[in-house]
Amino acid sequence: MSFHMKNATARRALGVAAIPLLALFASVAHADWGGLNMHEGVTILSKKIYGLHMTIFYWCIFLAVVVFGVMIYSIVKFRKSQGAQADKTLVHSTKVEIVWTVIPIMILVAMAVPTAKTLIEIEDMGRVDLNIKVTGYQWKWEYEYLGEKVSFFSTLKRDSDAARQLGSGVDPESVPNYLLDVDNALVIPAGTKIRLLLTAQDVIHAWWVPAFGMKKDAIPGFVNEIWVQVDADKVGTYRGQCAELCGRDHGFMPIVVEVKSPAEFDAWLRAKQAEQKLAGSPSPTAPVEPATIASAAPAAVAK
Amino acid sequence: MAHEHTADGHHDHDHHGPAHGWRRWVYATNHKDIGTMYLIFACVMFFVGGLMALVIRAELFQPGLQLVDPQFFNSMTTMHALVMIFGAVMPAWTGLANWMIPMQVGAPDMALPRLNNFSFWILPFAFTLLLATLFVPGGAPAGGWTLYPPLSLQAGDGFPMAIFAIHLMGASSILGSINVVVTIMNMRAPGVGLLNMPLFCWSWLITAYLLIATMPVLAGAVTMLLTDHFFATSFFSASGGGDPVMFQHIFWFFGHPEVYILILPAFGIISEIVPTFSRKPLFGYDAMVYATAAIAFLSFIVWAHHMFTVGMPLAGQLFFTLSTMLISIPTGVKVFNWTATMWKGSLTFEPPMLFALAFLFLFTIGGFSGLMLAIVPADFQYHDTYFVVAHFHYVLVPGAVFAIMAGVYYWLPKWTGKMYDMKLANWHFWLSTIFVNVLFFPQHFLGLAGMPRRIPDYSTQFTDWNMVSSVGAFGFGLSQLLFPYLIWKCVKSGAKSESRSWEGAHGLEWELTSPPPYHSWTDPPSREIVARGVQH
Repeated sequence: MSFHMKNATARRALGVAAIPLLALFASVAHADWGGLNMHEGVTILSKKIYGLHMTIFYWCIFLAVVVFGVMIYSIVKFRKSQGAQADKTLVHSTKVEIVWTVIPIMILVAMAVPTAKTLIEIEDMGRVDLNIKVTGYQWKWEYEYLGEKVSFFSTLKRDSDAARQLGSGVDPESVPNYLLDVDNALVIPAGTKIRLLLTAQDVIHAWWVPAFGMKKDAIPGFVNEIWVQVDADKVGTYRGQCAELCGRDHGFMPIVVEVKSPAEFDAWLRAKQAEQKLAGSPSPTAPVEPATIASAAPAAVAK
Repeated sequence: MAHEHTADGHHDHDHHGPAHGWRRWVYATNHKDIGTMYLIFACVMFFVGGLMALVIRAELFQPGLQLVDPQFFNSMTTMHALVMIFGAVMPAWTGLANWMIPMQVGAPDMALPRLNNFSFWILPFAFTLLLATLFVPGGAPAGGWTLYPPLSLQAGDGFPMAIFAIHLMGASSILGSINVVVTIMNMRAPGVGLLNMPLFCWSWLITAYLLIATMPVLAGAVTMLLTDHFFATSFFSASGGGDPVMFQHIFWFFGHPEVYILILPAFGIISEIVPTFSRKPLFGYDAMVYATAAIAFLSFIVWAHHMFTVGMPLAGQLFFTLSTMLISIPTGVKVFNWTATMWKGSLTFEPPMLFALAFLFLFTIGGFSGLMLAIVPADFQYHDTYFVVAHFHYVLVPGAVFAIMAGVYYWLPKWTGKMYDMKLANWHFWLSTIFVNVLFFPQHFLGLAGMPRRIPDYSTQFTDWNMVSSVGAFGFGLSQLLFPYLIWKCVKSGAKSESRSWEGAHGLEWELTSPPPYHSWTDPPSREIVARGVQH
């Protein structure tokens, strides 16, 4: 004995089922893309990555329309309440099964080729004009312009840090660039291929500026590399965050990159060099702030 | 098989029923009693883990820290995952396996009843230990459920407790899996062949092998963490000559098969329910079995797609992206087969079917985002953002959890002999389905817009969708209270259900009375019954 729903209930139920799904697809299709989708970014690679993202996304939409279309058609058309009789002989079809195995394989091959091409380009570290070593700490970043005698730490800006304390009473909306602002931003020239060498002092971090298209882990004892070339006309400020859980204040070690024109960058670099020479800046790796590390990593110190 | 009553050592067999009082549960060897305990345990853990999720979503309702310290927030994300994976979903599957496998293969009980008791009773101790870490100095583990060193080594007194709890959970899973394998391999009634037994048995058989293969790997990984922490080894410490990335390789060699451990039994249940309510045999039974086996095999060679950003060689990245994309082929075959099962069927929409249909749509959405994540360059953007959070919650909540609920709604009348309140079950379904989308769909947008996962506070641009997501979380969480209430009401006062509770139900379990006898098939089912019950 079955307990199937009455005709009207089933129809109403289907109607209700369709609403959130349709609404979701409608919102994906028509809403303001700026707030919903990945940004194209400002580097050579970020645009290719965005292109791949959109290609695979449209394939998914295509597959969703086909698969969900057949499902919805079946749900509407083959209802017992509409007098549908089950065709119990329809249990196997080699032809159909080959088709729905081969077509997805072809789609995958179509996706694999541009994926591999982009990946090869991402891994091409040749012809770089500037090397910057990026070191992750709990919970700040250090940037060292290799061969330029310039290095500095970059930490969450004070107004954000004050506002983000538990029960601070400060409205985050009142803080400009809440949680995404630092005291010393990384400064790089536009239109120049820059290699970032990523490592970490204590635990694993990940350096990520969405507008640059990618993130990479900064791992203690390892040096990872990525390259960035911001379009010559995309001078400006770009923001990101640590993307690998790194402890209590993981959410509070932002990344800010100021992209300047090459001439302005050179001026900035010279000024910074002069400033650090004047201050008798110690070598960047020395001031590790032993107290912080020791309290944060008892195990490491025990060894 | 002991079908002569005196042969199995029970002399009061004909009137043999459960022991009374607490002994029935503590000394339980009956597959149904143990299955019930597993399911109740899973339900309790589902609410414990859900409460943790609500702490997370409450803190994320608006920017700024309002409720919890960031360290406690990290403990919540870590513990939510451990509790939901090891405490809710896995025990729920084992509970369903205990209840259904003996009935489906025509056996009186699981093959190893005392082992069965042991594998269940490990769990309450394991989770007491794990949850107790919330109250020790240093707090609960806060390095993420993936326990990546060196961060996971910066832990308080809870660290060894959590490691031992994970060891216990692993032992419980391995013992439970051995029981499933032995039962299916040795206790099938005559006529119940490997290639006509229910797909739930098949998917669990393959899941059991995955568990046996990967749980020791996890145990090894966490043991190395333990010795790194307490005995000055340097497996994962670069300063001592070790390699923190090696932990990730070992962890995900366990972790990816684990993902399929969580979802394969769901495939099995959906393959039972869709044919029943389409009144039509499953389309492409053989292809379904082979697809499940193919997924299980591939699950061992895709692990590094969880760690594309650690800096692998180009060849490694290409290999893992291709192998990952390959998984979509057998998974696609399964989705197409379920759809074809409905094609030219005679469909009705009782609660189990509603949950199964929601599974088909929403799990497939999770599959699509999975396909996107397989594209390495794009993954460099998606990795460790809310896009990933949305992806795996789509496959685990309207995927695994909905399939568990579908299974419970499907077999509850069989277990209790009583039919539940259909109207209430429909309410539970609609509220769950709507709120689960309100909860998780906006997280796709958050991830693409650049919000990292595992952060307790965020930049103000992410506020709107976080609010929507949190509203969905509370709606979803509160809706789940209907579920235990409905079951309790069914047990207390449900209308009587017949032995074949659903018109289109096929399978040996429906040939037994509702509720079934205490020892399911004391005599193996006859050839005619088997012929009526098995797949084609």
